[in-house]
Amino acid sequence: MEQALTVTELNNVIRDLLEGEPLLSRVCVRGELSNYKIYPSGHHYFTLKDSESSLRCVMFKSSASKLRFRPESGMGVTAWGRVAVYPRDGAYQLYCTQLMPEGTGDLQVAFEQLKARLEEEGLFDASHKKPLPVMPKRIAIITSPAGAAVHDMIRILGRRWPMAKLLVMPVRVQGTEAPPEIAGAIRYANEFDVADLIITGRGGGSIEDLWAFNDERVARAIYASRIPVISAVGHEPDVTIADYVADRRASTPSNAAEIAVPDCREISDTLNAYSIRASQAMRKKLATLGERLESVKNKRVLSTPTAQLDLRRMELDHLRAQLCAAQERQLAASRERFVRLTAALDAMSPLHVLTRGYAIAADADGRCIRSVSALKPGDPLRLRFADGRADCRVENTQRSVADGREEEYAEL
Amino acid sequence: MAAKKNTLSFEESLARLDEIVRHLEKGDLPLSESLAIFEEGTALITACSKMLDEAEQKVVKLKKGADRSPVELDFEDEN
Repeated sequence: MEQALTVTELNNVIRDLLEGEPLLSRVCVRGELSNYKIYPSGHHYFTLKDSESSLRCVMFKSSASKLRFRPESGMGVTAWGRVAVYPRDGAYQLYCTQLMPEGTGDLQVAFEQLKARLEEEGLFDASHKKPLPVMPKRIAIITSPAGAAVHDMIRILGRRWPMAKLLVMPVRVQGTEAPPEIAGAIRYANEFDVADLIITGRGGGSIEDLWAFNDERVARAIYASRIPVISAVGHEPDVTIADYVADRRASTPSNAAEIAVPDCREISDTLNAYSIRASQAMRKKLATLGERLESVKNKRVLSTPTAQLDLRRMELDHLRAQLCAAQERQLAASRERFVRLTAALDAMSPLHVLTRGYAIAADADGRCIRSVSALKPGDPLRLRFADGRADCRVENTQRSVADGREEEYAEL
Repeated sequence: MAAKKNTLSFEESLARLDEIVRHLEKGDLPLSESLAIFEEGTALITACSKMLDEAEQKVVKLKKGADRSPVELDFEDEN
């Protein structure tokens, strides 16, 4: 009799069997979502089914958080993951790592995955993007040397800015060799510093044709490039990983040529404008200086050098006249004063007074007597008149009362 | 690249021209200096216009040489 296994032992055997099968470690399965549940843990639980069968699935939080759409029951999807046993229930299930809505191709899935990863890593950060040179001197064109794209770029670059030297670095742009060749050319251009701008890209094609520009190696080479990179892949709606990483995305190779260089006709216009502005500024400067010169020239000291002399001479004449007049005035004043003083002197002469009837009283010695108090009765008194003198003797003295009226003077 | 030493690049020339024109328009420089930079500007414009008019596009194919250093080949030849 064979020995009975425990349930755990049996489940472990089944688990080992399933997990030893390489096919089951990475499966891709298509089906319809049903019974879709998101648990508070963040894990997603659901069943994948078709018309005849169903499969239990779990998607852990770490994978579920990267979903770029909201899965719902009834939705057709493609799921990736590994099949393994859940020993507690004795049931196998799909441990799902990626879900895509139905109709999304394999490449699209890979694209989304790489894009999400590189974005998270910071390869698309705007802060890492380098400014393009305004007037590149050497442009490395990393593309197929045969396609229409390279000729379009050469033509447009030549028309707009023929001064830039173009260095075509031939690479394959599709097929498995393409990504390492493109990445290698970008690294080589940097290593030997062959250019100050890189354009890499190709003309339009299917998503498979453009696939090299969705390669991680190309993305990392662009990111690491010291030389600014313009990506120019396919047509307007095609956006590749290279476009996200590049310093500048051009919608087409022709557009890249337009972005890469200025238009020499515009620069020519700029030069003309500078020329006109410089001439105008210079003319204005000369005109301003001319005006200043003219105004200085018209000053009299320059136009009539003797004018100042004449003016001085006139001033001198005037001063001289003033001086004479002043002298004259002073003389007249002196003369007048003299006359006035003479008259005053004359008026004050005692003799003159005497002619008007006054007499001067004096003592015997001829000293003028000014007060009655200097006299007493019997004193000699000499009166002087205009025409002679009289010797007298004081009879009596009497001081005048307050107002000193004449009749109260002493009698002689 | 046949660039002579001590000559400005096209881009530097444009920047210098811009500076010169601003100086002239400000009008605060003495006449002698104004004339000097005006002449410098005129020469730059002439040189730049000449570069634009005479520029001929050069296209080469860049390949890795035997010693790994870049080698320029004629682009048209291989097409």
